[in-house]
Amino acid sequence: MSSTTTPDAPAFVAKTSGGRITDFVDQRVGGSGILREFGRKVFPDHWSFMFGEVALYSFVILLLSGTFLTFFFDPSMAETHYSGSYTPLKNVEMSVAYSSSLDISFDVRGGMFMRQVHHWSALLFVASVSVHMLRVFFTGAFRKPRELNWVVGSVLLILSMAAGFTGYSLPDDLLSGNGLRIIDGVIKSIPVIGTYTSFFLFGGEFPGTMIISRLYMLHILLVPALILLMIVMHLFMVVVHKHTQYPGPGRNDGNVVGYPLGPVYAAKAGGFFFIVFGVVALMAAFFTINPIWNYGPYDPSPVSAGTQPDWYIGFVDGALRLMPGTIGDWKVEQIWFGHMFTFNVLLPALVPAGILFTVMFTYPWIERWITKDNREHHVLDRPRNAPTRTAIGMAGFVWYSVMWAAAGSDLIATHFHVALNDVTYWLRALFFIGPIIAFFVTKRVALALQRKDREIALHGRETGRIVRLPHGEFIEVHAPLDEYKRYKLVGFESPVPLPAVPNEHGVVDRKEKRRAKLSRWFFEDRVAPATPAELEAAHGHHGAHEAVEAAASEKTLSH
Amino acid sequence: MKALSQKRRHPLAAIALLLMGLLVTGGLYAVATTVNQAKADTTTYSASDVEEGGKLFAANCATCHGMGASGSQSGPSLVGVGAAAVDFQVGTGRMPMQMNGPQAQQKPAQFNEEQTKKLAAYVASLGPGPAIPEAGVLDEKGDAAKGGELFRTNCAMCHNAAAAGGALTRGKFAPALAGVSGQHIYEAMVTGPQNMPVFNDANISPEGKRDIITFLKQIESNGSPGGADLGALGPVSEGLFVWIAGLGVIIAFTIWLTSRTS
Repeated sequence: MSSTTTPDAPAFVAKTSGGRITDFVDQRVGGSGILREFGRKVFPDHWSFMFGEVALYSFVILLLSGTFLTFFFDPSMAETHYSGSYTPLKNVEMSVAYSSSLDISFDVRGGMFMRQVHHWSALLFVASVSVHMLRVFFTGAFRKPRELNWVVGSVLLILSMAAGFTGYSLPDDLLSGNGLRIIDGVIKSIPVIGTYTSFFLFGGEFPGTMIISRLYMLHILLVPALILLMIVMHLFMVVVHKHTQYPGPGRNDGNVVGYPLGPVYAAKAGGFFFIVFGVVALMAAFFTINPIWNYGPYDPSPVSAGTQPDWYIGFVDGALRLMPGTIGDWKVEQIWFGHMFTFNVLLPALVPAGILFTVMFTYPWIERWITKDNREHHVLDRPRNAPTRTAIGMAGFVWYSVMWAAAGSDLIATHFHVALNDVTYWLRALFFIGPIIAFFVTKRVALALQRKDREIALHGRETGRIVRLPHGEFIEVHAPLDEYKRYKLVGFESPVPLPAVPNEHGVVDRKEKRRAKLSRWFFEDRVAPATPAELEAAHGHHGAHEAVEAAASEKTLSH
Repeated sequence: MKALSQKRRHPLAAIALLLMGLLVTGGLYAVATTVNQAKADTTTYSASDVEEGGKLFAANCATCHGMGASGSQSGPSLVGVGAAAVDFQVGTGRMPMQMNGPQAQQKPAQFNEEQTKKLAAYVASLGPGPAIPEAGVLDEKGDAAKGGELFRTNCAMCHNAAAAGGALTRGKFAPALAGVSGQHIYEAMVTGPQNMPVFNDANISPEGKRDIITFLKQIESNGSPGGADLGALGPVSEGLFVWIAGLGVIIAFTIWLTSRTS
């Protein structure tokens, strides 16, 4: 061995300088092992799997554009007179925060564009997080082992709303001040501690002189840091769990069918970042968002018509708008022990959001308890194949949407030429019955789609070709599916209700009875997938296919 | 006569004729415009205006407002509403009313300027009321920034900070103010049509009203500095846009990106 004479000589010397540098780095950080592991990571390809990516990319855009904005924004509530180039506000008394926001818009080169990029990507960020969560919910991707990642995702949704709201309030224009005033009112409606909390937050009576700089610190430091931390945890768990996949031939809970990260997926994902950036940039260039110059400086006395929060806080605003001040003769605002209890603010502001988020956080455990399903799931459910879950999801979505629509009740009234009062009455009714209607309609639609699937699996697709048989009868020819398509229609789980099981003492306790009842509610309406025997019977012998058809139609005729 | 006919072929005759024509038309125009201005500035109308206006009123308005504009069950008395109210309601087409409803809707004006003026003369003759504003307060040369402050404090809660309009109770609404003439804006402030409160000169001085009109005209002519304004309706239209257009385009891209596999 020649290496004994020169023990320090490297065993391998790369030919190019690039290779030598790579080798140098690799020997010190061990990157090639990581790259080999990550590069072989397989991702299934489906458009609905890309919303999480959209959220991640909009967050990156937010960090970049936000950093630009911090160079010019001054979160001070000191008073000044505007001296920038927007004449309708010339010499108007305003806070330094508002004045610097106007300067970003009108006097900083590229400032308006960056402000609009920041705001549009903020709206897109929360929207893509929401759609991503809806996709995960409706496909059952939150099931074991991903429950904790679902919780992290839910925390991310709340954090993204917090980031959005703290940012919305920073320019200190009339609109954002009105929004803060509502938050102040909600805080003050909390019994006992409300007033103290409000004074603590605002550093005195609303609006005070502290709130903008405090929100600024939360907006640029704490909330983004938490979001970043959660994103890291979220992605780490995605790597640990591997990605889920839609059902299909050759796909099961033990594999992932798709493309490796390197090079196909890395190229796709990298390109997709620029696509998202491009879409946001085009929106920012051609469509104005939050025209703060229209609203004027914040002053607690004026409230403009059309004052709404950004869309993600809309459902809370809508709930506040729907709440009546009196129910019959009973005043919702009560005076007890000489103190005012403003339930007409407290209830709508906290209860619907509280219910939504509680159900959201706990749903994986609720379903796991009902189904007693302790297996790992890596193959997704098609929404129709889990009718009750899909129906629950749609009920929640409709409930949210009713509150969401209520936040725009005034615009619904003016643009559809209906009375504002009627809009409110209808939405109040829908607040209660909308989710119930949505539940039943969705469940029936899902079951009907399952029956349709079963029908197609057994008898094939209707071709629209009508054939007249020698004896004069007309039949429609059905084309059988190929095996791959048929697999999608028959290869799913269809659980049956799980009756109550005695515990280790041999007793069926009350909790178990309740669980059994819920299990029946979940699974009693079910359409079983076509079994191999049924498939065999339906089209085992090719020539007799028409005969089966004819028999079926005879049966219908004989009714 | 002979001298004139002899000189008509003089080389300078055409120029003299042209000059004469220009002088005559220019002079007539000057007289005509000063006459118009004098009429707009004064609140006194001729007796024939009042008489003609009375006839128009009896034919078109008295069904609801009653003979002598004393009011009926279907319409209020117009004694003392002033010429400004007539000019606003008739000039914007709100009166005569097209249909009953929560409030009178704008439509193409049914009377021409002359007829509107006569109707105004008639109603003004019934009792003292706000007159049609003088041109001086409509010149749009006030202080836009001050007007903006007044607008946000007094008007924006119904008309929206960007004057895009807003909803009121039970089907009533405050209209958008783009395209409304300064004169009609002023008249609306002093007469309080439909559900609008009256902003008399003690509430907002004529100078302040001039500032408001200046502000409104300025934001209208400025357009939207940040790109298409999406109706200037605030976060609702922005939210709709990001969900439908923004996410829509991105979903189209995701489908494209994943279409060549599986």
